[in-house]
Amino acid sequence: MESMQQVVGRARAAFNSGRSRPLEFRIQQLKALERMVNEKEKEILAALKADLHKDGPNAYSHEIMGLLGELALAMEKLQSWAAPQHVKKNLLTMRDEAYIRYEPLGVVLIIGAWNYPFILVMQPLVGAIAAGNAVVVKPSEVSENTARLVAELLPQYLDKELYPVVTGGVPETTELLTQRFDHILYTGNTAVGKIVMAAAAKHLTPVTLELGGKSPCYIDKDCDLAVACRRITWGKYMNCGQTCIAPDYILCDPSIQSKVVENIKATLQEFYGEDVKSSPDYERIVNKRHFKRVKSLLEGQKIALGGETDEASCFIAPTILTDVSPESKVMEEEIFGPVLPIVTVKSVEEAIEFINHREKPLALYVFSNNKQLIKRVISETSSGGVTGNDVIMHFFLSTLPFGGVGHSGMGAYHGRHSFETFSHRRACLIKDLKMESTNKMRYPPGSQKKV
Amino acid sequence: NPFAGLVSHLRASWLSGKTRPMEYRMAQLEALGRFLDDKKQEILEATAADLGKPPFETELSEILLCKNELHETLNNLSRWMKDEQVDRTLAMQLDSAFIRKDPYGVVLIIAPWNYPIHLFLVPLIGAIAAGNCVVVKPSEVSKKTESLMAEALPSYLDKDCFAVVTGGVQETTRLLENKFDYVFFTGSPPVGRIVMTAAAKHLTPVTLELGGKNPCYMSDACDVTNVARRVAWGRFFNAGQTCIAPDYLLCTLEMQEKLLPALRKAVEDFYGPNPKESPDLGRMVGDKQFQRVRRLLLGSGRVAIGGQTDEAERYIAPTVLADVQPSDPIMQEEIFGPVLPIVVVANMDEAIDFINSRERPLAIYAFSSDNKVVNQVLERTSSGGFCGNDTLMHVMLTSLPFGGIGNSGLGMYHGKFSFDTFSHRRGCLKRGMGREPLNALRYPPYSQQKLGVVHAASKVTRKGSCTLL
Repeated sequence: MESMQQVVGRARAAFNSGRSRPLEFRIQQLKALERMVNEKEKEILAALKADLHKDGPNAYSHEIMGLLGELALAMEKLQSWAAPQHVKKNLLTMRDEAYIRYEPLGVVLIIGAWNYPFILVMQPLVGAIAAGNAVVVKPSEVSENTARLVAELLPQYLDKELYPVVTGGVPETTELLTQRFDHILYTGNTAVGKIVMAAAAKHLTPVTLELGGKSPCYIDKDCDLAVACRRITWGKYMNCGQTCIAPDYILCDPSIQSKVVENIKATLQEFYGEDVKSSPDYERIVNKRHFKRVKSLLEGQKIALGGETDEASCFIAPTILTDVSPESKVMEEEIFGPVLPIVTVKSVEEAIEFINHREKPLALYVFSNNKQLIKRVISETSSGGVTGNDVIMHFFLSTLPFGGVGHSGMGAYHGRHSFETFSHRRACLIKDLKMESTNKMRYPPGSQKKV
Repeated sequence: NPFAGLVSHLRASWLSGKTRPMEYRMAQLEALGRFLDDKKQEILEATAADLGKPPFETELSEILLCKNELHETLNNLSRWMKDEQVDRTLAMQLDSAFIRKDPYGVVLIIAPWNYPIHLFLVPLIGAIAAGNCVVVKPSEVSKKTESLMAEALPSYLDKDCFAVVTGGVQETTRLLENKFDYVFFTGSPPVGRIVMTAAAKHLTPVTLELGGKNPCYMSDACDVTNVARRVAWGRFFNAGQTCIAPDYLLCTLEMQEKLLPALRKAVEDFYGPNPKESPDLGRMVGDKQFQRVRRLLLGSGRVAIGGQTDEAERYIAPTVLADVQPSDPIMQEEIFGPVLPIVVVANMDEAIDFINSRERPLAIYAFSSDNKVVNQVLERTSSGGFCGNDTLMHVMLTSLPFGGIGNSGLGMYHGKFSFDTFSHRRGCLKRGMGREPLNALRYPPYSQQKLGVVHAASKVTRKGSCTLL
């Protein structure tokens, strides 16, 4: 078994050789990655099924289709992204060359999460390769089939030294974090995010932390409730609620609470049929530990819908809790499960205050026909990102930076933002050795006249 | 927690939304401009007392550059604040997609002693422009400037939203225990680590403007006179206490021999035959720093120019050391004083290898009349910034980002980059309630057929789009 030091050392030597820098090389690696995703589609889907009970078309659209889009975008745009950016000059620098160069950072570390185990390592990897770096990839051990597959496949398609895959759990990751990297992108929870940043601080390593939180979803009385609830149902219960930007809880007026429940109930039937458990499209909680955690959140709550669980298969039915108290356990931490609490508020002011008294979430959702109201909720709150009148969707527009703020994270990626996150913007000023006369002004002896 | 009250007061102001309107931010920024005008004399006196800073240097680096940043910000703030519309996929054509620039909240700026006005105000300009409440902690080492900022500045700004906090290491440590929404630190790498570790406890994002040894390569093909003047200027400005000063020279033996007389002449042109009497040369900020630089000077290479010191005045003559070995003490740490060591290398390749075997610096300088040489050094090294055929000048252009890499720092600022640093770029997508049938493609029950449609559709719109869901 190789030590982390050896793996990282080899990646650094490979980076120092300079071979990851030419654009042709980067595109070649990205093409190989694209080939891998297409050729090994069956294996990837099988791993996702084994890890998360995720079915073919579902897994494909969540974890593969988006990735292919990112790859195509990076390959198409790399030339323009990587081109030096000439900047506005002043009188003193009129005859000089002034521009920003995009340079690789060096060796970057990507730590993935288990909930979308394939895309959460692969999408950052695309950006890191595009920016010319060497990349150490550490998929989550919790989604062990995907981790194993990634470890097998990447060396078959990509440069083995530049892009090694490291597997393992907490001890291995802890050891990995003692090594020096030039950027770390971590997807996971807030507690571990702090540990990653503290480890990075020892080496002054910049970090991108994609964390989580409780993403609030405000439903205004004035909105098409049927449509809103369909969209919310989709976003909440996909992947059995194990989505960092799932609408975590609902804020709405007490007068529409029961209608919300009804509409979601109807939608659930539409989506999963009479017997959710036997629907091939409904996933499972990833493991027993998380199953127990989510189940315990139901204690003492008013269950308006669902609530059935089966430990053996880690099944938790799509559940709605009503009249939830803000102090209850289910309102303390990110749920990351198919349990949707509704907290009633009497006004949009109350909703905004409620949101602002809690940690900044990764996503914020607001449903309303009133454009002014939506504008107000957005401008008076803070969150990583926002989707109005829908959920999740801002994630799928790669021109929007995807990331958190406060406890939900720092930094962003997707599309060009990935390229920039994994690049160093180096300021360059190239002057002429002649033209010394203009310089005379700045040299001592100084005088008022010169100033 | 001695600062808890202050921080929570500022946080309450932040939550009130006071700092968000553009008019408010502009008014605060304009007040900073008035501060620079009203207190010009006090600034000159304080920096002279703290660092022996020549008035010319203070006017240029501490006042004029701040005003440039201020004007750039005031001229462009409304444009910078606007939501940035972004390209949309085909499926999102009817939606509104944009990036908002949200303030972070309550931010902390820790300023150093070497440009105590500039490195206090320029980050502050960005933080205010971005709509934040700000706590600024000036350095206790530049005592007179610290007093000036703590006493005079608050009356120009809204006391509910902006505070100046004074103190040393103890106070800074206690200050860092509080939760801030952003921390901007300028100083040394070891303290940078401490700041980032403290910030990690609260998941506070940081910008660290640190330092290192900025190499300066001189090829054999160059106009020695001009090169010597540009390098001398960059090295001896502020008595060498500049994070982007050329720290050491790399050149061939032949070049060293040509350079020494040219440097000698430049020093004499700038500071006269007795630099100690020149009003244009600064002093070391404190006894500790004086002793440190003197120790480095005495223990490395041979003194080719200068070398004189005077402890009472904390004066160190503009000094050039020749035949310095890479293992000499002066090559082990950032000099931060008016001493320029020359390390002889055989050629450009050796110079590049030398640079690359060390920590990545804040700046790299390369001089050559052959542009290819300058570009080689640029392309084969890594640093925060780079200037070809001059020193320091790249940071005077507000359109270029200023920041380090690796040990020399993370993040960047100046001009719009300051505004961006202190803003959270929030991705927003606003959709309509209609077109629900289109959404049906994404809903369960999932099917190959549905996927086929989506897949086919996304193939068509592959150019520039991500997915069609």
